[in-house]
Parts: sequence; C-alpha cells; structure tokens
Amino acid sequence: MSCCAAGTEAALDAEKAIHDLPPTDELWLASRQLDGGLRQTDLAVPGVHCGACITTLEKALKALPEVQRARVNLSTRRVTCVWREEVEGRRTDPSVITKAIEAAGYESHLFSISAEEQDSTRNGLIRAMAVAGFAAMNIMLLSVSVWSGADAATRDMFHWISAAIAGPTLIYSGRPFYTSAYNALRHGRMNMDVPIALAISLSYAMSLYETMHHGKEAYFDASVSLLFFLLIGRTLDHIMRDRARSAISGLARLSPRGATVLTPDGGHEYRNIDEVVPGDRLLIAAGERVPVDCVVMSGASELDLSIVSGESLPVAAAKGSALQAGGLNLTGALTVQAMAAARNSFVAEIISLMEAAEGGKARYRRIADRAAEIYAPAVHILALAAFLFWGVFGGDWKHALTIAIAVLIITCPCALGLAVPVVQVVAAGRLFRDGIMVKDGSAMERLTEIDTVIFDKTGTLTLGKPRLVNKGAVSAKALAAAASLALHSRHPLSAALADAGGGDVTRFSLVSEIPGAGIEAGDQEGLWRLGHRAFALNAVSEGSGESDAAGPETVLSLDGKLVAVFKFEDQMRRDAQGLMASLKTRGFKTAILSGDREGVVAALARRLGIGFWRSALTPRGKVEEIKTVSAHGHKVLMVGDGINDAPALAAAHVSMAPATASDVGRQAADFVFLHESLSAVSLAIEVSKRAGRLILENFALAIAYNVVFVPLALLGYASPLVAAIAMSTSSIIVVANAMRLTLGGMPVQPAAQQEAPITPAVAS
Amino acid sequence: MNVLIYLIPIALAMGGLGLVTFLWSLKSGQYDDLEGSSWRVLDDGEDRPET
Repeated sequence: MSCCAAGTEAALDAEKAIHDLPPTDELWLASRQLDGGLRQTDLAVPGVHCGACITTLEKALKALPEVQRARVNLSTRRVTCVWREEVEGRRTDPSVITKAIEAAGYESHLFSISAEEQDSTRNGLIRAMAVAGFAAMNIMLLSVSVWSGADAATRDMFHWISAAIAGPTLIYSGRPFYTSAYNALRHGRMNMDVPIALAISLSYAMSLYETMHHGKEAYFDASVSLLFFLLIGRTLDHIMRDRARSAISGLARLSPRGATVLTPDGGHEYRNIDEVVPGDRLLIAAGERVPVDCVVMSGASELDLSIVSGESLPVAAAKGSALQAGGLNLTGALTVQAMAAARNSFVAEIISLMEAAEGGKARYRRIADRAAEIYAPAVHILALAAFLFWGVFGGDWKHALTIAIAVLIITCPCALGLAVPVVQVVAAGRLFRDGIMVKDGSAMERLTEIDTVIFDKTGTLTLGKPRLVNKGAVSAKALAAAASLALHSRHPLSAALADAGGGDVTRFSLVSEIPGAGIEAGDQEGLWRLGHRAFALNAVSEGSGESDAAGPETVLSLDGKLVAVFKFEDQMRRDAQGLMASLKTRGFKTAILSGDREGVVAALARRLGIGFWRSALTPRGKVEEIKTVSAHGHKVLMVGDGINDAPALAAAHVSMAPATASDVGRQAADFVFLHESLSAVSLAIEVSKRAGRLILENFALAIAYNVVFVPLALLGYASPLVAAIAMSTSSIIVVANAMRLTLGGMPVQPAAQQEAPITPAVAS
Repeated sequence: MNVLIYLIPIALAMGGLGLVTFLWSLKSGQYDDLEGSSWRVLDDGEDRPET
C-alpha cells in the first residue's frame, strides 16, 4: 500500500477498515531481522484456545511460500512466524501472514514486545529452585541415615558430603535472598529476606563448625530445604506476575509504531514514529490513529477522541484544526503537519505527569516487609537473650551459642516467607480465570485498604460505543435503509445503526462518503443521505458540526426530505448498575471524574446514583481531584481507561483499567480486566479482601508455630530432626491454608466466564 | 559399610544427572508453552522434527 498514489489511499483503507489488520509497513517495522535473509514476526492471536486451533493456524501459515517456520504458543496466545525477506526475487509483503491468519478465522495484531530479560529472571529462579531441590533431596537422604543411627566416622562422612553439597547450593540458589537482603540493609530498611539470609548462613556456618569438631548435630538439611521452599514461593510469585504482564502486553497496541511521511518529491515513506520531526507532512488515512501532535493542512474528517480526552462524540477536523496524538481518524484521509516529535507529544506529556503523580504506590510498604520489621528484631533479641542466659547461668559459652543459633533456625520465617506469596499467587490465579490480570501482589494488598472508588466515564462506565435509543419511534423501512447505508461507513454512529437494524450490504451499489458530513447513495426511489442534519437536509453545504446538546443524532433523508431522525446514547458497560449497588451496600464512596461535557456526565451520574461527579476535567485536573480526596485520608481505587486517565491511575492508591484502555492507561493500572462486564471491579475487591484475611491467618499460624517451638529451642531441645519436622509442617499448613481460597464461598459470575474477551481492535 | 563408597557417588551422580537433564530441558524451551504441549501430544498429524 505504500506505493499507491495519494488519492487511492482512502479507498484502500476502506477495505482495510473492515479487516482492521496492521498495515504492511508497520509489520515490516515490527519484525526482527534474523540471519540468512529471514525475519521474525510475533503476533498476538487472542482467539486460539485448543489443539485444533494450533494445527489450523500452523498449517495455514506453513502453506505460504514466504513462511519458513511458524509456531503457536497457546499459553501466551501468540504465534511466532519466521519468513523470508525475498521469495523468487520479490520483496515479501508481510501482510500475507496476517491475511492468512485471518483467512483461517483468527484475529491477529501486533503487540509491544515484552523485554526478554523478564524471561531470563524467571528461568534463573527456576534453575535456582531446581538446584536447591536436588541438594535438599540428597542432603535429606543423608540426614535420614544420620537420624536413624549412623555414627562416628560414617556420620562425619555424611556430614562432610552434606556440607559439600549445601555450600555451593547456598551460594548459587541463595543469591536472590542475599541480594535483596543486602539492598534492604543498605537503604537502612528491613525486609523478610534479612532474617532468611541470616538464618541460612548462620545455620550453615554452625553446622560446618560442628562437622569439623565431629559434632552430632548439623542443620544442613534444614538450611537447604528452607531455601527450597522459599524459592518455590518466590518462583510462583514471579510466574504469576510474568503471566499477567505477558497477557497485558499481548493486547493490541493502540498507539501507532510509525507514520506515513510525504516526502518533498511527492513520494510516501513509512517512518518509525521516533524519526518524525516537527514540520514533516504526514498522511493519516481513515482508520489510523494520529501519531504525533499536528495541524491539519488539507482534508476533512471526524476524529474519535474518546481515548484522548474522554469526549464521547466524534469531533470534526478540517484545515487548521490542531490534533493531539492518540485520536482515531474516522472518515476521511487527512494531510497534516507534525508540530512536535513523538517524545514531546501529548502522550509524552501525560507520561511526565504520571511520573510526577506517582507517590502513594512507591511509598507503600508490603505487608510482609512490615511484618519483618517487627518480627526480625524480636527474633534477634530473643536469640541474643538466650545466648547470654545460657552463657551466664550455664557457663558453657559454646553450648550457649548452639542454642542461640537453634533459636534462629527454628524462628527462621519459613512459613512467614511463604505466607504472603502463596496466598497472592492463588488469588491472582483465581482472578486470572475471570479475565482479571494482577500486575503484582502489592496491588491486592492495597486494594483491601480502599474506601473510595472513582470512575472515569467514557470507555470505563460506558463502552465509548453509541447505541440507538429510539428504534421504536422509527419506521422499519427507514431503519433498514439507514442500516444498509451505515454498513458502508466506519463512523461510530453508523456502526451503531448497522448493529441495530438488519441492513443489506448489497442494497446500495454506489455509496459515497463525504468526510465530516455523512454518506449518500442513490437507488430507484431517489437520493438517500445519512449524516448531519445540515448535510442530509441540504440546508447548508458545509457540515457545521454538532449543535444539538441533547445527544448525538443522525438524520436520514430522501431527496433532501426528512425521513427519520436517529438518536443515540453512549452504551453503559454491563453490570455498571449492579456494581454501584454492591459498592454502596459495602460502604464505599463512589465518584465520576470525566473529561466529557457536563450534560452527559450528569445524566449518567444520575442514572447510576452517583452523587459526586466532575466534568470537563483535564488530566491534571483529575490528578488534583484524587490528591484532594487522598489528602482527606481516603484511599482511592481509580478505574479508568483513557490517555487522560493515566496520571490519575498513577496517583490513586490502586487502579484498574479495562483491556480496551489506551497503552499508557494499561501501563499505569495495577489491574487490567479483559471482559466487558464491570463486575470485575467488585470481584477483584472481594478476592483481594479474602486474600488479605488468609494472609493474616497465615501470619497467625506462623506465629502459633513459633510459640510452640521456640520454647523447645530455648531449652535446648531443638535437634535437627525436630527443626526439620517443624519447618516442613508449618510450611505445608500455610500453603494448605492458602489453597482454601479456591474452594467454595466465592461469588462466581457464570456470564463473565463464558463471554469472549473483547479486544481493543474490535471495540475501538 | 564399604559399599557406601560406591553407593553414595552413584546416588549423587544419578541425582545430578536428573538435575542436568532438567536444566537442559528448561534451556531448550520445553516449558515455554505447557498448555500448547498438552494439546500437541494429541495431534496425530505430521510429527517429524522440523528441518
């Protein structure tokens, strides 16, 4: 498509509009170069869900001569395709890949490539866990022999072998804990890893000392199996966050990767967005998003700004209008002049606002760390007291040291280290099944603290998609005619009309769309027009924009005479009313902060019974509103989707965004929900609260365990066998308790589970 | 008890072999798509290794 003359662009894009595939140039830009003239493209294919999908898709792709390898990853819902840059001397058009995927019946889109380093930390953790598991099993084998009676030289030999296995294991597998403990201490803080690191190293040192002096008691098994258990918790935690992150990055990118630049000699060039400089002339075809802040030079169109400013109605653009990056060009092609580079554009401004607003989240201390702050000093003082007591009153300082270290080993927060991550992993898995992605565990902790829920309007409480409201007042014949016309346009009001009435795409053969005005077509009855009142009734030649404040409308006329007026309203998200009711009964305060006009916001607030609302807010205004609320001691959950919501999402105590949100909005949010229904909000709160309760229960269990076993250690009865049994049982009890989250008692939304995830590509 | 001189190294070597195998399988990407693998096993189409 890059080689076409300017005039044909709009026609070609009309075809593309129906399929909504990423353009050739963007695909080429997003692919990675491999050796030997090969390129690799990763595409998200949200529709694959079973073995048959894998086979169909791989077969379809491998049938292409350009494709060398294709492999579907079902877990991440992605397909990796390796293709040749040239086939028989011709440069490959990568859009054949997306077309083949579409022909096989799946939807595909590009996604922001997630950093590979995340994968390497995950694999690093799994490797550390595997090594610790191997060491723990072998050492336990030797320890069992010691406990069952090996003595003298045999016991010493077993201890030495254990020491030889445990030493390297602690160094290799213990690194995550040592580095984290070191970082915490360096910043003068305390976290759960400090007592863990201390206990495993001390127990190793003492056991080594015992071994060298032919002692009977060595704790190698305890120290390594402790490490193993903790690594399991840590790995699960990491995998959970990884899965959420990859699911979120698999959602379609809404901001364009590049822009079509018109070169001075009249040609087209598709350039990476970072290479667009102010002053460049750009072409924005219908269906494309505005890449950078710019001014329209020629052309007329309408722009959907719902994701930029919260404005729910399309805004007309003509020569001279200034456009902000992110808006969606709806009806006609525009030639524009770039006013700012991508890094200085509107979105970049928003990101700097976001960074300034970030505060509450960064300051939040994880519950485990807060517990460690009390727990670690208490344990260390206890061990010191035991050492002094046995030294002073017992006289044997070596024995006193042994007891002090036994106390440290017994109190080592094995169960405490698992208490939080296991519960959060189970809870995140529970939410994942209902299409809610949790970015990290602390988000769930923060969600349990909130008392105020603030919503954005466009795209959050509503779908940002208009719906026909006066279907009954219009004759069926007029509706059919309008729907048939509407099928030829991508304007949101047309899409709503096409949805409402049974249109026939073949009824009109010659349909022309007048950007910024409407569509017209003739048949034997006369000339039909659908669009602005002025255009349809032929009153004024130019579409003068929306004048009716009551709500969006579109007019159908036949030969300039009024046939019907269609009225629309923004469609509310499913379960919005139910959510408000349930939030109210649970005592949460609710509010709406919107960038849209006052009338629309007030009407929606009234319908949902929300008393507090603000309209026509700028992104900064939203942040300020949230700061005011927070300053009064409230903890805010912000639910929003637009680019203009991103700073507010960052400023709130915790935040949620739908999958249809803008790229920055999804980045800023702690939770992202895939389904259309708003009940995700109450489900997330419910699950987080239950998880919070289970975490407290787990803490209680871990403390109860300490109350039982610490006296044994203090009295000097904590043999390695007792320590091993005590630690494993407490860990198992804590994990078993966390599993209760998946059992009964949870309100399940059957509808939400069956509903197919909506993707931004469809909804935008 | 002399038998221990053979048995312990053998036990450790076998355990170590398991560990090395696991690390290899991790590195060669066999855990990248567990959901997909559980379906692919049922696919009785072309299953020769890719060239």
